[in-house]
Amino acid sequence: MSAAEHTLAGSAEIPVSLRGPASTRVVAGFGFWLFLLSDILIFAALFAAYSVLSGETAGGPSATDLFDRKHVFIETLCLLASSVTCGFGTLAVQRAQAAMVYFWMTLTFLLGATFLALEIGEFRDLVARGAGPSHSAFLSAFFTLVGTHGLHVTLGLCWMIVMLIQVATLGFRPMVVRRFFCFGLFWHALDIVWVGVFTIVYLGAR
Amino acid sequence: MEPQLQQSAQGDTPGVSAQTHGTHRTYLIGLGYALVLTLTSFWAASTDLVFPPGVPVLLGVLAIAQMGVHLVFFLNISSAPDQTNNFLALAFGIFAVALIVFGSMIIMANLNHNMMMPVE
Repeated sequence: MSAAEHTLAGSAEIPVSLRGPASTRVVAGFGFWLFLLSDILIFAALFAAYSVLSGETAGGPSATDLFDRKHVFIETLCLLASSVTCGFGTLAVQRAQAAMVYFWMTLTFLLGATFLALEIGEFRDLVARGAGPSHSAFLSAFFTLVGTHGLHVTLGLCWMIVMLIQVATLGFRPMVVRRFFCFGLFWHALDIVWVGVFTIVYLGAR
Repeated sequence: MEPQLQQSAQGDTPGVSAQTHGTHRTYLIGLGYALVLTLTSFWAASTDLVFPPGVPVLLGVLAIAQMGVHLVFFLNISSAPDQTNNFLALAFGIFAVALIVFGSMIIMANLNHNMMMPVE
């Protein structure tokens, strides 16, 4: 550890211009971060559409009639807790502790799946009450925005399974560790988008 | 197996892990802040104590604060030297998001205003 600290302190003294190309970890992280920002731009467009259309209910139910805040609060807690367990999982990957990785990532998966189940339940309930996406511009925008977020969570769950299989078969190679790091970024970014969703869609309805 | 494990990239200091991951403590502090902000948001949306026209502003401030907490404590975005590019990309991303969201809202509100039937 002291040797590592020494190397780090040494590298800090070299000016940026003389350090050579950045490490693959930094470059891969930057590339994935650019992808995440472009993904957030998609959500920005959907948020803009929702804000513009949220009043266009075509005589149907409005946001205040439809949404249940307790339900949303539980969804929010699930996603927040899964963000933290995912962070703990990423830390375990760095320390190459396979058992801890499986434990924390299984917990993350269960919390993510609970969130998704609650959201699908809400969608089914809305459709059953005749408030499906085809009813009004407001509901189309709502289902597109929240549905796109749900789709991202679904893809995240699939990616999580793939990463666990890679840890089991390939072990903690630098390549796998990098992918795990990118997965962590993806999962945390979804949580940031959800903060916007529950504020604008669910709490903004009054 | 051994050559694969040695596959560290140019510029990587062997045996030194990334400093951009945070610690258990970082995540727990972030969780604490995020929980407080979430609870405040849900409380503010359903209380009568806050002046009603001020509630959307309060919710906006709380949401932006929580996004900041997530960025700093979960995504570990900082102004550290090896993160300059990430930080600049984030700044541009925020600019583009603001342009799309507020631009659309202003344009559509203006259109709505102009399309209204004149009251006779």
